[in-house]
Amino acid sequence: MALSGVEIFKHLPKTNCKKCGHPTCLAFAMKLAAKQATLDACPDASEEAKAFLGAASEPPIKGITIGAGDKALKVGEETVLFRHEKKFVNPCGFALLIKDTDADVEAKAKAVADSEIERVGQKLRVELIAVKNESGDAGKFADAVKKAVSAAPNAGIILKSSNKAALEAALPALAGKKPLIDGATADNADDMVALAKANGASLAVRADGIDAVSQLAEKVVGMGFKDIVIDTGARKPKDMIEQYTQIRRAALKKGFKALGFPIITCAFSDDPFVEQALASVAVAKYASIVVLSDISNWKTLGLIALRQNLYTDPQVPMQVSQNVYKVGDAKENAPLLVTTNFSLTYFIVLGEVENSKVPSWLAVMETEGLSVLTAWAAGKFTAAKIAQYIQESGIEGKISHKELIIPGYVAVLSGALEDKLPGWKITVGPREANALPAFLKNKTAAA
Amino acid sequence: MAFVVPKETYNGKVCEVEIGTGPRAVKIGGEAALPFLAFEGAVPNKPAIAYEVQDVPPDDWPQTLQDVYKDVSADPAKWAKHCQDELGAQMIALRLIGTHPDRQNRAAEDAAKTVKDVLAAIDVPLIILGSNNAEKDAQVLKSACDAASGRNCLIGKAQEANYKTVVASAMASGHKLIAMSDLDVNLAKQLNILITQMGFDKDKIVTDPMSSALGYGIEYTYSVMERIRAAALFQNDQTMAPPMVNDVGMYVWKVKETMAPEADQPSWGPVADRGIGWEATTAMGFLMAGSDLLIMRHPKAVDTVVTMIDGLV
Repeated sequence: MALSGVEIFKHLPKTNCKKCGHPTCLAFAMKLAAKQATLDACPDASEEAKAFLGAASEPPIKGITIGAGDKALKVGEETVLFRHEKKFVNPCGFALLIKDTDADVEAKAKAVADSEIERVGQKLRVELIAVKNESGDAGKFADAVKKAVSAAPNAGIILKSSNKAALEAALPALAGKKPLIDGATADNADDMVALAKANGASLAVRADGIDAVSQLAEKVVGMGFKDIVIDTGARKPKDMIEQYTQIRRAALKKGFKALGFPIITCAFSDDPFVEQALASVAVAKYASIVVLSDISNWKTLGLIALRQNLYTDPQVPMQVSQNVYKVGDAKENAPLLVTTNFSLTYFIVLGEVENSKVPSWLAVMETEGLSVLTAWAAGKFTAAKIAQYIQESGIEGKISHKELIIPGYVAVLSGALEDKLPGWKITVGPREANALPAFLKNKTAAA
Repeated sequence: MAFVVPKETYNGKVCEVEIGTGPRAVKIGGEAALPFLAFEGAVPNKPAIAYEVQDVPPDDWPQTLQDVYKDVSADPAKWAKHCQDELGAQMIALRLIGTHPDRQNRAAEDAAKTVKDVLAAIDVPLIILGSNNAEKDAQVLKSACDAASGRNCLIGKAQEANYKTVVASAMASGHKLIAMSDLDVNLAKQLNILITQMGFDKDKIVTDPMSSALGYGIEYTYSVMERIRAAALFQNDQTMAPPMVNDVGMYVWKVKETMAPEADQPSWGPVADRGIGWEATTAMGFLMAGSDLLIMRHPKAVDTVVTMIDGLV
């Protein structure tokens, strides 16, 4: 739970010694509350204050890292229920289930390794492999884990087994890789915690329903182990949305520590479309790790897009990089259009230019991710700036004409642009992108 | 520490709107809780799905989608009946896209005839949509409203630029109304206020927050919807209480992911599956944000979402 500056101030020495670099203890407390300073800066803080503020500064939902290196996945540390309040922090991870009885362990693991796609400048992928000890055999399990690790060395590994011997056989191959052991139940918690501790692993804690899982999580924490994710056993959409909403609320609004952990779930169905839809529920409604039975390209593409969309910062517009994009087989006589680099503007304009089937050049100008009208109003999409961009973009070397189509909403710029771009003809395009196909078709028909 | 279910207290509820007549009329809205949280408030009606049909053959739809309807799409009445009888459509949404000046520019009277033909062929509720050309829609929807008199249709879309004529037409023929604004909570509120100020009953409005496809701004629609719903439930803001509709298909089936063949995008998988999944996933996003009515195109995507809705209530 976030503390106010005044609450923090009560625990400070109140000497105003300035050793922390702030004029008064109250000023320092305010900085602490705003998370712009840490208590280390105060040399005289009491042990009691450190303990109190330490506990209070822990995130209400713990962060858990699976895997190692720059491809490690961090989940948890969420702070809100609704994305319009504040950005969802750590995008959930996707895992592919591989059974140690599967004939094609390597091929499946390879699919995870090759799952990366690029969307709006971000490289996104299925991050995890969940190897399940379906056989019940320790040797087979260890063998499957080894195969998975060698085929997908960057994937985080989830070990789905409650069998101590099988886990002991598999874990050596994962030294230093921070796997997730899934997991601990009321019956085996002691063994599982010991294994997780000894192997630098995190632990999924599974029980039927929220109450049972919170009790088990509390027990595990009592054993001195906190790197936990929780699983209430919800596999149906209604159970997921209800239970995960309750868990997120309890952790964030009630300060219920025993539920302050990321959620792991499985979205399985024999129907791949239903599986994708079920996973969509989990992505939107607070799951942090979603295990899938299949990661066909088309399915992952949709889920990765949904995750990316819901986890974007609602305060910061998504941006496309400034560039003159070639749409279709644009040649030197193809029309040239200019717009701003707000991702939504870009997508819509690009989509309509593509729909027109008229090969074109689309100049996307960096306007800090603002849409056309907003960018114009903010002075970032002015005649001078557009002219400068067009001149520096190098497009003049690629086209044989000098005609620039500008968005209808900034028709007012056309005169000034002709002044700033000598020799160019400025044409005012439609105000709305959906009129672009007709506009471009007419244009090429006339030419 | 024992776990106590943390429940929200709601001060308002979503309006309940009935569309259609007779035994197959459909009620949407009425919920007194956030989406699918029946443990803390009544959720009397499942979200409904309408199959989209068009007054002219859907030449601009991706081939994989056109193929689904190739035997019926030349005739809107046959198409609608096919959706009702063969596909089990709960509602039909007739989009009069052929009236758009940039398309076939069909006359309002022709559109009215199409409406009559479709209504004669079905007994499930009908949503009548213009071509989204505000000026033309004002004429077309007037004729369509008259033609559908007595069938309690849902008419759309009234927008800032044309709401006066569209509202008057819907009111005169006793229809329900879709009010659409440009992806903004305050604009949605303002339009509802303007419409009710004309004497149109607020319990007959369905809000279209303006949809967007997965990967193409769905997060904006999602958050606008969550905020509209929060205003209705927590602040009991009556001007934000209408149920919400999402026009899913028209945004989904024109993005690259539903159109590009696998040959062009080998890492994306087969376009047929990809398109269905894209529409279903987009619809799922809207359901999570509070949608009460989805307008969709592909039967497999509809079936998927129906399965999910049944599993969510």
